[in-house]
Amino acid sequence: MSGAEAMAEAAIRAGCRFYFGYPITPQSELAEYLARELPKRGGVFLQAESEIAAINMVFGASVTGARAMTSSSSPGISLKQEAISYMAGCELPGVIVNVCRGGPGLGNIAPSEADYFQAVKGGGHGDYRNIVLAPSSVQEAADLSYLAFDISEKYRNPVMILCSAVIAQMVEPVEFMSPRRPEEVEKPWALTGAKGREPRVIKSLRLSEQELEEHNRHLQEKYATVKAKEVRYETRYLEDAELVIVAFGTSARIVSTAVETAREKGYKVGLLRPITLFPFPTHVIRKLAERVKKFMVFELSAGQMVEDVEIAAAGKAAVNFYGRMGGSVPSPEEDFEKIVDCYRG
Amino acid sequence: MKLVFDRPKSMKDTVMHYCPGCSHGVVTRIVAEAIDILDIREKTVCVAPVGCAVFLYEYLNLDVTESPHGRPPAVATGIKRARPDLFVFTYQGDGDIAAIGLAEILSAANRGENFSVVYVNNTVYGMTGGQMAPTTMLGQRTTTTPYGKGAMDGRPLRMAEWIASLDGPSYVARMAVNTPANVKKARKTVIEAFRMQLEGRGMSFVEILAACPVGWGLSPIEALARVEKELIPYYPLGVLKSVDSHKAG
Amino acid sequence: MYHDLIISGFGGQGILAVGRLLAHTAMLEEKYVTFLPSYGPIMRGGTANCTVVVSSKPIGSPIVRNPQSAIFMNAPSVVSFEERVKTEGLILYNSDLVDKADSKRTDVDKIFIPANTLAEEAGSGRVANMVLMGAFIEITQVVGMKSAVKCLKEVVSEKHIDLFQADQAALIKGSEFARCHTPARK
Repeated sequence: MSGAEAMAEAAIRAGCRFYFGYPITPQSELAEYLARELPKRGGVFLQAESEIAAINMVFGASVTGARAMTSSSSPGISLKQEAISYMAGCELPGVIVNVCRGGPGLGNIAPSEADYFQAVKGGGHGDYRNIVLAPSSVQEAADLSYLAFDISEKYRNPVMILCSAVIAQMVEPVEFMSPRRPEEVEKPWALTGAKGREPRVIKSLRLSEQELEEHNRHLQEKYATVKAKEVRYETRYLEDAELVIVAFGTSARIVSTAVETAREKGYKVGLLRPITLFPFPTHVIRKLAERVKKFMVFELSAGQMVEDVEIAAAGKAAVNFYGRMGGSVPSPEEDFEKIVDCYRG
Repeated sequence: MKLVFDRPKSMKDTVMHYCPGCSHGVVTRIVAEAIDILDIREKTVCVAPVGCAVFLYEYLNLDVTESPHGRPPAVATGIKRARPDLFVFTYQGDGDIAAIGLAEILSAANRGENFSVVYVNNTVYGMTGGQMAPTTMLGQRTTTTPYGKGAMDGRPLRMAEWIASLDGPSYVARMAVNTPANVKKARKTVIEAFRMQLEGRGMSFVEILAACPVGWGLSPIEALARVEKELIPYYPLGVLKSVDSHKAG
Repeated sequence: MYHDLIISGFGGQGILAVGRLLAHTAMLEEKYVTFLPSYGPIMRGGTANCTVVVSSKPIGSPIVRNPQSAIFMNAPSVVSFEERVKTEGLILYNSDLVDKADSKRTDVDKIFIPANTLAEEAGSGRVANMVLMGAFIEITQVVGMKSAVKCLKEVVSEKHIDLFQADQAALIKGSEFARCHTPARK
C-alpha cells in the first residue's frame, strides 16, 4: 500500500468520516482512496471547488464535533492557511496532510520538505502553532494519521502531517490498527443546536485587546503543554556518537542508509529523527550538544529545520547542513560523502 | 396586561451595534422570528460572516460559528454534511458573498447543498467604512470610488438571478425591508426558504435589499427612499425560483 | 540479503505493475520491501520507472542512485539508467526494443531477452514485462518463483484479468529463457 493510501485508511480507522479535498499532484491518491472507501463506510467524500473551500468544510464539520480531514500539496496548503489560522484561533480540531512538493510557486511535483517553515512556524497569520507530524515510512504514515485525530481532538488544535512525495507514493507493507469509532466523548464546545442548554459560540474574534491577549495566553499555555507532553523522536547510535545527524521524513530515511554505511566503516555517527516537528525535540538536542562535537542536518530544502537545531544546540556544538532543493533528492552515497567530510573536517 | 409584541426566543436581550437606520437589525429579527415560528431553535446552527453581521452571535440566541470572509457556504457545507439533522443557515453581506466568496456560494448552490442563505445587500462594504462592493450601483460614490463607480469597476452583480439560474437551489427570492409591507413579505419569504431546507429540497436563498445610511451618506429616511427609487428598479423584488412552481413569479 | 532494482520503460509497458508484483511477492515472503514508482505527468505516455528494494533487514533509503540490477524495457531507459548500475551488477534488456549496440557497459552481467517475442508466445504481446521479471527472479532468486506466481493472482487488476493466463505463462517463459542463457560480461 502507498503512503497516501495508508494515511487515508488509517484516518477512516481513526473514526474520520468526513474528507474534503481538491486534486493536486502528488497526493491525489489519498483523496481517490477516500472517494472509493468513505461512501461504503458511512462517510462523506466531497471534492470541493478549491483548497480554500475544502479546509473551510473541514472547519464546518469540526464545528459539529466530527472528525474531519483534508489533504493537499504545497501550493494548495498555502491556500488553506487562512482557515488553519481560524481553526487555531477557534480551537477547532482537524487533520491536514501536506504531501510537500518542490517550490516556490508552482515549482514541480518532485519530493521536497521545504514547507517546514510554513508548517512549523505558523503559516497563517497570528500567534499560533500547528502540531506537525513527519512520517518517514508508510507504516509510520499510517500510525501518525491514526494518532493525529486523537491529538488534534485532545488539544483542540489543527494537526498537520508533513511528508514528501516519496512517503506518499512509496509502497511498503503496513499493518493497521483496528478500526474504531471515536469515543463518544462529550465535546462541550461543539455546535449541535442549543437544545436544553445555553447557545454555544465558536469564534476567534475578540475585539478587546485585553480579551484577545487573554485568549492568546491561553493558546500559548496549551502549546507549552504540547511541548511538554507530545515530543516524539527516534534515535540511533547516539551512545558514543561524535557526530549526530538530524533529519526528518524522507531526508531521514535516505540518510539512515548513509549512517549505517558510516557505522560499518567505523565512524561514530548517530541519528536523531524528529517525528514531531512541532513540538520539536529541542531538549534532546540541547542535552546532546553538551557532549557531541557536531551536528549535521540533512533536509530537502535550503535549510529550515537547521535553524531550530542551531537554537537548540545554543552554540555548544557546531551545526552543519546539507540540503537539496527544488525536488532534487540526494542518494545515500552522496549523504555518506557529506557525513565523512563533516566528520573529518 | 396583554403582551402583543415581544423579543423572539431566538434573540438575545442585548443592544445591537448596528448604525442608526441600518436594516441589519430588522433582518436579524426576521430570521429570529422565522426560527421561532418553525420551532427549530434547538437544532439550528448559524454561520456568521465577516462583515457588519460579524457579531451575530451576540444577538441570536442560537449556536453560532464565525467563518473566514466569504467562506460561510463552505463552512455550512461541512456542518450540514456532518450533521444533516441540523438546521443550518448562513447570514452574509454583499462583499462576503458577491466578491471574495463567489466561488463558495456558486459551488454550494450548484451542489444544491441543503442549507439556507440570508444575503443582505446594501451595495457597500459597511464594516470597513463604506468601500465599493460588487453590488454598488454605477455612479455611486464610496470611499474607494470617490468620483462615482464606473463600469470598469464592475457592473452591479445581481446575485439572486445568478443563483436562480442554477439547478441546485430549491428556492431563490429577493426582498426588501424598506417599508412595513416589504418587511412582512420578507419575513414570509424567509420562513418559506427555511421550510425548503426542513423539507430537504436543497439550498434556499433570500437576498434582502438593505439600507446603509452611514455608508451612503444619507439620513435613514433618505436611505429608505433610495432603496425604493434606485435599488428596487435595478434589483427587482420577487420569488425568482421555487421548486413549488405555483409560488414562483 | 539485500537487493535493489530499477525497472524502466515506456508508460503502458506495465513497469509499475511488474515492480508491484515483485514488492508484493517479497512481502508475502515476509521480507522487508520498498516500491517507489515514478509518478505524476510522467505516468501519462512518457517514460515510467520504479525502484524496488528487497531486504531481510529494515530498509533505509527507498531511493537508489546506483542499483545492483536493472530491467530496461526500451532504448531510452538504457540511455537514462545504464551508467548508473553498479559495477558487477546485472542488467536485463528487452532485446526486441533495445539494440545491443546501444549498450555500453562492459563491467556488468548482461542478458538480452526477446521479451515481446516470448510474450506473444505466452499469449499476449502485452506481457513482456512478466517475461523480464520471470528471468530476473530466476537469475537472482530474490524471491521464489512459486510465490511470485501465487502473488500474481492478487496483484493483477480486474481491468487486466484477461491477461492473467498470459502473465503466468510469460513469467515461466522468462525464467526458462534465463535458465538456458547465462548473463555474461562483454
